[in-house]
Order: sequence, then C-alpha cells, then structure tokens
Amino acid sequence: MLNATPMNFNVISALVMRYLFLYQRTPMRLVELVFWPLVDLVIWGNVTVFIQDNSDEKFASFVLFFLGAMILWDVLFRAQQGVAISFLEDVWTRNLLNVFVAPVRTIEYLSATYVVGFLRILVTFVVMGLVSWLGYKFNVFQLNWWLLPFFVNLMIFGWSLGMISTALILRWGQAAESLAWAVPFFIQPFVAVFYPVANMPAWSQPFAWFFPATPIFEGMRQVMATGTTSWSLLGLSFGLNVVYLTLAGLLFGRVLNLTRKRGLLTKFATQ
Amino acid sequence: MSAPDTREVILEARELTREFDGVKALDAFSFKLHRGEVLGLLGANGAGKTTAMNCLLGLTLPTSGELNAFGMSLHEHRIDILRRSNFSSAYTALPGNLLVGQNLLVFAKIYGVPDPKKKIAELMDLLEISHLQKRVTGQLSAGESTRVNLVKAFLNDPELLMLDEPTASLDPDIADKVRKVVRKVQRERNIGILYTSHNMRDIEEVCDRVIFLHKGKIVCEGTPADIVSRSSGSTLEDVFIKIARDGEIVD
Repeated sequence: MLNATPMNFNVISALVMRYLFLYQRTPMRLVELVFWPLVDLVIWGNVTVFIQDNSDEKFASFVLFFLGAMILWDVLFRAQQGVAISFLEDVWTRNLLNVFVAPVRTIEYLSATYVVGFLRILVTFVVMGLVSWLGYKFNVFQLNWWLLPFFVNLMIFGWSLGMISTALILRWGQAAESLAWAVPFFIQPFVAVFYPVANMPAWSQPFAWFFPATPIFEGMRQVMATGTTSWSLLGLSFGLNVVYLTLAGLLFGRVLNLTRKRGLLTKFATQ
Repeated sequence: MSAPDTREVILEARELTREFDGVKALDAFSFKLHRGEVLGLLGANGAGKTTAMNCLLGLTLPTSGELNAFGMSLHEHRIDILRRSNFSSAYTALPGNLLVGQNLLVFAKIYGVPDPKKKIAELMDLLEISHLQKRVTGQLSAGESTRVNLVKAFLNDPELLMLDEPTASLDPDIADKVRKVVRKVQRERNIGILYTSHNMRDIEEVCDRVIFLHKGKIVCEGTPADIVSRSSGSTLEDVFIKIARDGEIVD
C-alpha cells in the first residue's frame, strides 16, 4: 500500500480541506485544541510559580523546565492526535468506506493526517506560547533556533505514534479507540519529559534512549541551562525518527492489508 | 442460444473464492460486466453479494481467483481502476456534520473533477436536490441522502459504477425517481453498472441481466424475463424466494 507511485497532492489537499470544513462546522473541536493544553499549562504554571517562590534562585530557574517540557510534550501529543483522531473522524461519520473506495492511496491519506496534525500543533503551540509568556514569563523562544529541530523531531515522532495508534485501532476495532489518547501516555514515563534520564530508575534508563523524544527533552533542558545542546542528541533523535516512521508506516500498511484479507475493513467501517 | 456480447468487458471476475473461517462466502464466482450494461447481483442475505461487492471494491481480498477491470488487475492497479469507477451504498454515509456542498466538493477534488462546482450543480439539478447544497448532511432524509450519495457516485463520470441497494429504505416515489435517473445517466454515458437490490421491481426496471447467488455460487444467470420463463415461478420475486429457500429455480 505504501508504494512508490508519486503522491497526488490534489487528493491530499482535498482530504485536508475536509478536516478544515469539519473544524469550521464544529468549533467545539477548536475548544478541545485549546482548552486541555491551557488547563495543563495553568496547573504546571502555578506549580512552577509556587516552587519558584519557595526555593533558592538556582532551583527556581530549573523549574521553568516544566513549562518548556509541557509545551514540547504537547507538540508530540497533538501530532499523534492529528493522525489518530482524523482516522477516527472517518470511522465516527461512517465515511471510511467512501474514502477507501475512492482513488486515495494510503500514503496520501496518512499525509493528509500529518498536515492536519501540523495545523493542530500550530494552533496549540501559539496559544500555549502566548499564555506561558504573558502569564508565567516563560518565553518559549529562549530555546532560540534549537526550537525548530525540537519541534520537527517531536512532530515526526507524534506522527509515528499516530500511525501505531491507528493500526492498533484498525486491528482491534472501535473497542480499542481509547488507544488514540492512551498511546502517547504509555511512553511518557520513559521519554524524560519532566526529569532528566539520569534521574530515572536505573533499569528504565536504557529504554529511554530507544525513543526519539528523549534526546529532545534532554536537549531542551541543556539549552535552557546553558544556551546550547549537542548535535549528537539531535542526530540521535532524527535517526530514531527515521526508524520509527518507517516501522510505523510498515505496521499500518500491514494491518490495513490484514484487515482486507480478513474482510474486517467493511465490518469496521459500517459498524 | 443468444449471440455472444461483443461489447468491451469492463469488469471480470474469474473463479473468485472467498472463505471466512473455512466457510465459502463466494465459491468460484465468475462473471463479466460489459460497457453499457446493468448487471444485477441478487440473492438472499448471506448469499455472497456483499462479499462479492467488497472484493470488487478491493475492500476484502479474495482467498483465490482473479479480478480485472478495464483490462487491468484490481490487485495491481487499484487506484487507476478506482479513478474510473465509483460506488454508492445505502449503508455508508458522507460526514454528517459537513454541508452537502462541502462533502461533494471534497470528493470532486479527490476524483480530480474539472470545474467541480459546476459539475456538482449540474448533478444536483439532475437529481432534483439543488436546494440541499447548504443543508447539513446528517439532517437529510433517507431519500435526500441517497440522492446526495448518487451525486457523489456520478461526480467523476465513472465508466464503472457499483450501486449497493441504492433504493433501500426509500418510499416508492423516490425509489422510482432514483431508478429513472440511474437508467438515464447510464444510457447517456454508456456506464457499466453492478447493481444489488432486494427490490425485484428495481431489478426488472433497471437491470439488463441478473445473476442469482446462493451460498456463494451462481445459481442462474440471464435477463430478468428469461429467468422468470425458465423458472417455476411467475415473477422475479417468486424466483428470488424459491432460490433463497431451495437454491434452485425450478421445483
């Protein structure tokens, strides 16, 4: 399914347009994009302020890591959601069959969900960036140009997780749709979002380096503490992302083929 | 014996078999659909129609057998074939929260329809639903929804159309309108249509030829009138009931 035929960008733009229509028609979806991230931000922001007020200056500067981690975690989470929820939208609206019997390649379908994921991140990122700056004096741009590779790597990892979530939902049916929200949190304890790898239990530290997000969160803390980070961390993240994206794409294609072989696709799409 | 049909074969299944847990839902099913022909696929629930349709759409892979459309293998050229085909079913829906016009515009762009707005307006006019452009899709009646689905199915001027029970749950008036439009468009554009229905009135009015399936196998094949004359029943509905109960068309 993920064949080498060139992609049709008209198909991708049509699918993206459909999601944009959906957001235009149901603004409550935009609330979801903004509301939960803001709740997280306010909670972590207030905790940060509380700790800063009750600790020495050095430690107070460290706790700002929480806000940076919060915002970057949301990049990963929203990218994953962009893929998984876009697929579920088709399931919920019983539109999946129409899409699968239209001339839409799997790679085009997935690419459209990547674009939607990117647009979702932009909305959330801008809102969180502004609120954290105005409310908590945390400027996400203190990460300078490092922000760009951090953002891109987390987004790509989010796409991979989105494809894995979608493959699992395809395999296990709608009963497994809660995985669309759960999958990122399965890995959250291991990717050192809010604490350095060195502070994780010894047994879990080697696992941490198997995820492309870990070097990014480590790098973010380095940049906030010293103003720079090592290219090797970025290189590790990028390399792992290539592996994850390839494996997730293969998994998705294989599961889709399996559902066709077992005749489950129509059942799933019309249930 | 009738003369062989010399029209171009646009869809062909050869020895198509599909098993589910050892049970054959389709058993060495073979047929040809010619350009400009409407072929009815009939059978009781569980006879294998839906499985056949799903295999033809590439939604279910056959256990064995071959499927070709426009002279190409469906397995290898699925996208090329889908570009020249379309599908409408009473059991699928366009996203309910979008406006009708938005849904159709999305599919027109997917199919690469030139001047999509004009095409949508023409087809909506043909199906007498121009007033629905700005209606929310999920709030349409069954009859309106079926006609919107048909607009979607005609958008790319398909050469091959698969219609799965297009008149299910429609009142007789709307069902009659739908049949007439399908026949009109089919004749004007010389489309090959594969048509499933449980409504024998539909079949007699729309189909040039029908295939009766029973337990995944073809039981009989021919024009509706020919099948009735060969059977011990007096109507196509009698034949349907006889096949559903006994798997044969004669006592």
